[in-house]
Amino acid sequence: MLRLENVSSGYGNILALKGISLDINAGEIITLIGANGAGKSTTLMTISGVVKTRTGKIFFKDREIQKAEPDDIVKSGLCQVPEGRHIFPMLTVQENLDMGAFLRNDKAEIKKDLDYVYSLFPILAQRRNQDGGTLSGGEQQMLALSRALMARPEVLLLDEPSMGLAPLIIKQIFEIIKQINKDNNTTIFLVEQNANQALQIADRAYVIENGKITLSGQASDLLTNEEVQKAYLGI
Amino acid sequence: MLTELRKSLIASIWFAFLTFPIMVIKVNSIEKTIQWRWMNVVYVMVGIFFLSMAFRFLLKQKEMRAGKEESGTEIKLSPIHQLINHPTYRVVFGAALLLFAVVYPFVFSTYQINIMTTALMYVVLGLGLNIVVGLAGLLDLGYVAFYAVGAYSYALLNHHFGLGFWAVLPIGGVLAAIFGILLGIPVLRLRGDYLAIVTLGFGEIIRLVLENWGEFSKGPSGISNIPRPGLFGIELSLNDAITYTYYLMVIFVVVTIFFVNRLQDSRLGRAWIALREDEIACQAMGIDKMKTKLIAFSLGAFWAGIIGVMFAAKTTFINPASFTFLESAMILSIVVLGGMGSIVGVILGALILILLPEYLRELSEYRMLAFGAALVAMMVFRPQGLISNVRRTYSINKDE
Repeated sequence: MLRLENVSSGYGNILALKGISLDINAGEIITLIGANGAGKSTTLMTISGVVKTRTGKIFFKDREIQKAEPDDIVKSGLCQVPEGRHIFPMLTVQENLDMGAFLRNDKAEIKKDLDYVYSLFPILAQRRNQDGGTLSGGEQQMLALSRALMARPEVLLLDEPSMGLAPLIIKQIFEIIKQINKDNNTTIFLVEQNANQALQIADRAYVIENGKITLSGQASDLLTNEEVQKAYLGI
Repeated sequence: MLTELRKSLIASIWFAFLTFPIMVIKVNSIEKTIQWRWMNVVYVMVGIFFLSMAFRFLLKQKEMRAGKEESGTEIKLSPIHQLINHPTYRVVFGAALLLFAVVYPFVFSTYQINIMTTALMYVVLGLGLNIVVGLAGLLDLGYVAFYAVGAYSYALLNHHFGLGFWAVLPIGGVLAAIFGILLGIPVLRLRGDYLAIVTLGFGEIIRLVLENWGEFSKGPSGISNIPRPGLFGIELSLNDAITYTYYLMVIFVVVTIFFVNRLQDSRLGRAWIALREDEIACQAMGIDKMKTKLIAFSLGAFWAGIIGVMFAAKTTFINPASFTFLESAMILSIVVLGGMGSIVGVILGALILILLPEYLRELSEYRMLAFGAALVAMMVFRPQGLISNVRRTYSINKDE
């Protein structure tokens, strides 16, 4: 579905990704874990075209996308939930969700998806006329996730959905991520610092260190891997 | 209370000190004597003291009101918003305004009609800039450049090729829009303050080119004898021509309001508002950032160009002095004072800022002073503008 071949990219003189290769199949939940500054977010930004690829190739549905513009990539069915949520603070919850369906024209289907995300997060339905900026952190994350779903993506890129949230909310969000994957067969690429939670819901995982993939495998294997336990799980 | 008295007292002393050189000392350069007007110190101090007290009182009241609003769950709309949002009242209100606009030339003198035409021109300019600043959130300080492009395209095309008003009207608008795109492509990569500075520079460049490129634009002496708008080739007397221009302007305003209103609720309008709020999120939603901004910029410029043509036709004479930065600042003030993104606010802002100085001619020396004070007071008491923008909300009736 989505394949990165020896991709490197960065900002200015600094190379944040030094040739990474990933392979994501349709319907999987893949997680990318790593420490601060390892290049997790850059990987996502590079896939979605916000940060330009220096060398290497990115394939999405067998099409090279490393040179495409961000909006073009979204149009082809790849949607990102940016780090730090980035909801529209002055637009209502409903309008935020409408913005998610910006590229779509099928009103009936949009309505169906709207009902679906409201069923996932009933709290958002309650607050549909409230400004996005007045929501709590957890609710904002739910909104950001729902907004991305409104684009009906084939691949959903999630950048640290657990950032700054209470453990209970994190658990709820991860459960819903799993449910989204199951309900719509949406492929999910999850970038996380919270390795424990991420590995528990993922099928496969990659570990990134200093812009390089150092380890990959089944998520359940990584959970018991000694190195991973020491470095990321604090066991 | 006591601290406030003290603060006001300090403010009045401070002001007395600051204004001492201009208010107290008067040099008579003929008799070479200095006049000391000590009474002025007292006037300044008393005046500032009461002003300061009033300011503090109003500020306190505002805080109290804010506290009350937070405790209450229901958001109260101002009377004007209730008027605008109510379906029947809105129609009645609009019809009354339109009727007033139609009857206006029969009731008032030619001088008044002329002023009103100018004010209406600023209404359209404000609405055009409102697209750029209010909706898309791009601070454009060089808006007057597009206005100049429109005005000069009419003046020059008429001078060299004898093209009429109606022929140039679309050309002027399109030319301005093209200038908007040309400027926009390099400049819209910038954000916020940087964008403001570059657009400010662009505005000045256009003016300086017009001023110095004599062979092209006739330089500072300007272009005169520009024909007024034509009416199927009928010769109009001066008075009739002014009235005709006025009616044209009313039609322009109505058309502009219609378009801007439709734009605001369109997909494009949504994209603008979203872009103003968060660019990263917009990209994640698949909005083409550059294209959306360029459209906003060129649409705003288009309206400025149209009004530029209108301006040249109305005054029959233009020179670069009409397109200074002050003009840009004026249009921006209309948008900010009226309420960013709000159509009714911009209209009211334009009428107040253009008409008031005309009717208070006697006080014209203090115009800039009052203008500054009004803007400061606005930012303190009503930062959202005279009439803030209330976005249209749709409620979904669930039949369950």
